[in-house]
Amino acid sequence: MFNRNYKEKTIESMLFVVSALTVFILFLICLFLFRDGLTLFEDVPFLSFVTGKFWYPTSVNAQFGLLPLFLGSLVVTAGAILFSVPLGVASAIFISELANPKVADFLKPFVEILAGVPSVVYGFFGLVVLVPFIRETFNLATGQTALAGSIMLGIMALPTIISISEDAISSVPGSLKQGSLALGATRWQTIYKVTVPAALSGISAAVMLGMGRAIGETMTVMMVTGNTAVIPSFPGGVLDPVRTMTATIALEMGEVPQGSDHFHALFAVGSVLFIVTFLINLLADAIKKKYRFKVD
Amino acid sequence: MGLNAKTSEIIAFAFLTLAALTVAGFVLFILYYIVSNGYSAISIEFLTEMPRKMMTEGGIYPAIVGTVYLIIGSMLVALPMGILAAIYLTEYAGENRTTWAIEMAINNLAGTPSVVFGLFGLAMFVKYLGFGPSLLSASLTLALLIIPVIIRSSEEALLAVPPEYRESSLALGISKWQTIRHVVLPASIPGIVTGSILSIGRVAGETAPILLTGAAYFLPRLPDSVYSQFMALPCHLFVLATAGTNIAQTRPLQYGTALVLLMIVLAVNFVAVLVRRYYRQKLKI
Repeated sequence: MFNRNYKEKTIESMLFVVSALTVFILFLICLFLFRDGLTLFEDVPFLSFVTGKFWYPTSVNAQFGLLPLFLGSLVVTAGAILFSVPLGVASAIFISELANPKVADFLKPFVEILAGVPSVVYGFFGLVVLVPFIRETFNLATGQTALAGSIMLGIMALPTIISISEDAISSVPGSLKQGSLALGATRWQTIYKVTVPAALSGISAAVMLGMGRAIGETMTVMMVTGNTAVIPSFPGGVLDPVRTMTATIALEMGEVPQGSDHFHALFAVGSVLFIVTFLINLLADAIKKKYRFKVD
Repeated sequence: MGLNAKTSEIIAFAFLTLAALTVAGFVLFILYYIVSNGYSAISIEFLTEMPRKMMTEGGIYPAIVGTVYLIIGSMLVALPMGILAAIYLTEYAGENRTTWAIEMAINNLAGTPSVVFGLFGLAMFVKYLGFGPSLLSASLTLALLIIPVIIRSSEEALLAVPPEYRESSLALGISKWQTIRHVVLPASIPGIVTGSILSIGRVAGETAPILLTGAAYFLPRLPDSVYSQFMALPCHLFVLATAGTNIAQTRPLQYGTALVLLMIVLAVNFVAVLVRRYYRQKLKI
């Protein structure tokens, strides 16, 4: 028996080591990102990076200002959320509360396909369909604008928002809804006064995760936003080209000499991106945990 | 209340229905657009020939091969790691700080942008470990990217195995690991397979991480070792559509490449649906 116990223990420890590797990977990501990112501040003051208004990485007096890129990401993401949250949550309500099971089963694969389409295909589609459309509709010099990025990212954030909201909505206990209906409320009154408020924590988590997806998206924004690194004006800037943090990394990393300030600046941008999405994830997690529905 | 309850219900439901139809409409429109423009570009030659004349003519064979290698390479690493981690988390882990840390790490890895994985792959695999821009660096980077996906779907599959299975096996005096190995795992294989198949689609479509870790713009030959650079479908589409020598002239090639990529993803989803359906029916018995 000793032998068998020994074997069991060994297997358990090995399995533990494999799962603990995920923590180690996260640690390594932090280490390698921050190590190269922080090197920038040996040559460039931290404040001038964070508050710098200009991103001129290749000029003689190179300037590495984060603001245009950060605000670029923010504008595109905000636009995406404005458009995908109402659409996504409404679809989730439809799928879980309104549609009969057959229709719901028919619609779910659509959401899965939407989640599965590669970002570069979305980018390509945006480039050949949406960008010319925006250029002609608004009579612009170029259709590669923040708006195009927002619309494409909005579509891409939809599956995250729909599937997580739908989970939240369908996990609201039936007794609550039946109670409301028994009191004479209509189905719609029940949905917006009982079901949706009860699922609000899950829906908020869905929105946060959709936001995380949008802010981290690279290829699509790179192909449809025009990539001009200027601080976007508001609201007119929606129809101007912008440059996000993600696009900057992917566009410029191919051409920078390794170990240069520019190289380190891109890692610094990557670190900021990592920290932002890390915080968004923590927040989504906390919301989900704290307000998890306590009725059985 | 300006409107009576019945009228507002009708209006609200109309809007909800419209929202769901809009989402379905997006999917159909994107699919229709890529398929209708891309199918004429697809031919045996397109799929089996090298690109020619700076990619303005010829096929996408090396990009297809590159993508297949990436799928194999990243799955070889991510699949065992993901499944083993999922087994630990569902069958062994207690509710303590360590488990919390692991769960948190998985959530955050799942939410980390792919371009950040690319940066990490560049710093760690390409530079620090000295693999260079290569198939190896890119496969490892993609493996890290899909490990959380595989863990999550495997966990779900393992949790779906009824506890009675484990209890009856343990009651027969069979050890915990043997129970997992011979009872729990076989019962959860379809679910695990479904999740893994879906992550194949993810590997096939990721672009930013491999741009940073070894994908070549133009390389009209196949990679001859894990240390070679390679072409891949998503990068090929990106380069043709934005940086090619003649963007307008190569439009048909771009539609064709987009269609091939889309087909891989759709096929993957379709197989996953079939496996899931088969599994559901089996459970009903």
